[in-house]
This record gives sequence, structure tokens and C-alpha cells, in this order.
Amino acid sequence: MKYVKQFAIILLVSLAGELMSFLLPLPVPASIYGLVLMLFSLLTGLIKLDAVHDTACFLIEIMPLMFIPAAVGLMASWSVIRANLLAYLVIAAVTTLAVMAVSGLVTQGVLRRNGKGEDRK
Amino acid sequence: MTFFEESVFFGVSVSLVSYGLGAALQKKSKSALCNPLLISVAVTIAVLVTARIDYEVYYEGAKYLSYLLTPATVCLAVPLYEKLALLKENWKAVFAGIFSGVLTTLCSVLVMSRLFHLSHEEYVTLLPKSITTAIGMGVSEELGGYVTLTVAMIIITGIFGNVTAVAVCRLFRITDPIAKGVGIGSAAHALGTAKAIELGEVEGAMSSLSIVVAGLLTVVGASVFANFM
Repeated sequence: MKYVKQFAIILLVSLAGELMSFLLPLPVPASIYGLVLMLFSLLTGLIKLDAVHDTACFLIEIMPLMFIPAAVGLMASWSVIRANLLAYLVIAAVTTLAVMAVSGLVTQGVLRRNGKGEDRK
Repeated sequence: MTFFEESVFFGVSVSLVSYGLGAALQKKSKSALCNPLLISVAVTIAVLVTARIDYEVYYEGAKYLSYLLTPATVCLAVPLYEKLALLKENWKAVFAGIFSGVLTTLCSVLVMSRLFHLSHEEYVTLLPKSITTAIGMGVSEELGGYVTLTVAMIIITGIFGNVTAVAVCRLFRITDPIAKGVGIGSAAHALGTAKAIELGEVEGAMSSLSIVVAGLLTVVGASVFANFM
């Protein structure tokens, strides 16, 4: 029963997220509203950590699998990508590297300037 | 062959088994290219194309994996909640990092789009490439981009980020777990976060937070940047 209860709570929060996404005119999906709602519920004690923890850990662990269908879908959108394949691949690679480096280094820089970060470990 | 052309479980089984083999291979070889996700996607596409199975047939079975993505994203709140004290203590650094990441995405897409002489439609299609699929689709649609292409770019970005995350952090000497998480999440959304979670709890929590904040900042930022080209 434990997992049924936990999964039910997680689906209910997803449902609430879906409802917010339906009602509010912003391009924000159910999953993001749901994440914020879940965090809020945990913070206010509305949902206890124990009430969702194990199932949440399981879902997060298998999360990479959930991207496979969309990624395999690249074969269906191949005709759209092919038109400008080189440009798209270069842009994807360069911007991803640049963003990861910049935001990582900025975070690390601010942490160190505040005298935190490395010494915490 | 008609059995395989219609089977609901065949394609998904190929995906899961090849993912498992990929994970075992990565453990053994320790090479970033032996990424289980990359291997699974490549093997699945190869099998589907060779056996002439339509994506629609594959998706009949695979959609149940996709279905779980929303509840799983909701669950990212749990590790974030467990690391909230760390976030409170370091929120300035975290938000500065995410903000600079979003700005870097938008600026670099602008520069590269001009370099490759892309059209305005293609440019706005690429602006939301580093954020989570569902927000990215909404942004692309609103700005008049090609939504299918946006989804493809988001996935390519995610796989690329997932595969290169460890190497990039090493190359740029990003050693702090908070900084790693923010970098990976800002650049490669949930697909990157899957890698960040493997690296550690702090990395995973910060990467999860970055998906949300970077996604929301991009909604605003992309609509401003859409006017620049």
C-alpha cells in the first residue's frame, strides 16, 4: 500500500499542476507548476517527506528512460532537421558548452568570493 | 515480420535492454561516449529503421514512459527540498549562475544564428533550446517558431549536455557541486539533470532548481531577444 499511496499523492500534485497550467495563461507546463506545488506542500508540511520520498526516488532514478521516446522521435522529425543539419548541430554543441561553462563558473566565482564553496566540502 | 511491425512491447523492450547494456558498458569502459541514453536511442532508431517499424507503432508502447515524465519532474521537488538549507545559504551564487546561463544561451543563439544566416523563424525556434521541452514548445509557438524543430533541438541539446557534462566541468575546473549542478541544469534541462543526479545529491538538487528558474527566465528573455534579429 505504501507505494500506492505515495504514487497517488504524486499524481494528485501533477493533476493540480495540470489544472494550474489549464487556468493560467502562461506558457508554463503542468510539470513545472507541479514541482513548485510539491516543494510548497513539503515546506508547509501539507505533504510529509515520508509520504512521497520512496516513490519519488524511484521515479527520479528511472527518469532518463522517460526521455528515450522523445529522443527516438528525432527519426520522425529528421526531414525538418536535415535541411540545416550542420548549422543546428554546431549551434547545439557550442551554445550548450558555453552555457554550462559560464553558469558553472559564475556560480563557483560568487561562492568563492563569499568565502563559501570549496571549504564546505 | 508483421508481428514486429505491430508489437507494442518490442520497441520499448529494445530501448530498455539497450539502455541496460549501455549502462553496463559505461561502467566497464568509463567513456562518456558509452552513454546509456545515447546508446539506447541509437540502437532503437537503428532497429526501427531496419525492421521498417513506424515511429507511431513504437510510440504506442513508449508513450507510457513519456507519461511518467510529468510526475517524475514533480518529484524533483523532493531532493530540492532536502537541500533547501544549502540553497538558502548560497542563493545569490545560484541565481547569478542561472541568470548568466540564460543570458549566455540567448546571446550565443543570436550570434550563431547570424553567423549561419538563419531566418527569423529559425532563430526564434532555437532561442528556447536549453530549457525543458514543455516550456520550450510554448515559447517557440508564441514567437512563431517551428515547434517540431524546437523539440528536436531541445533533445539534441539535452543528450549533448548529458554526454559532455563531466568533461566540461573538468575542462573548466568547475569542482564545486553547487556550481556543477547549476551549470548542467541551466545548459541541458532535465536530460542534464539526469546526469547531475548521478554525480551527487547536491548536483541533482541544484540542477532541478535550474530547470525551473532557467525555464521561467527564458520565457521572458526569449520574447525580448526575439526582436534582435
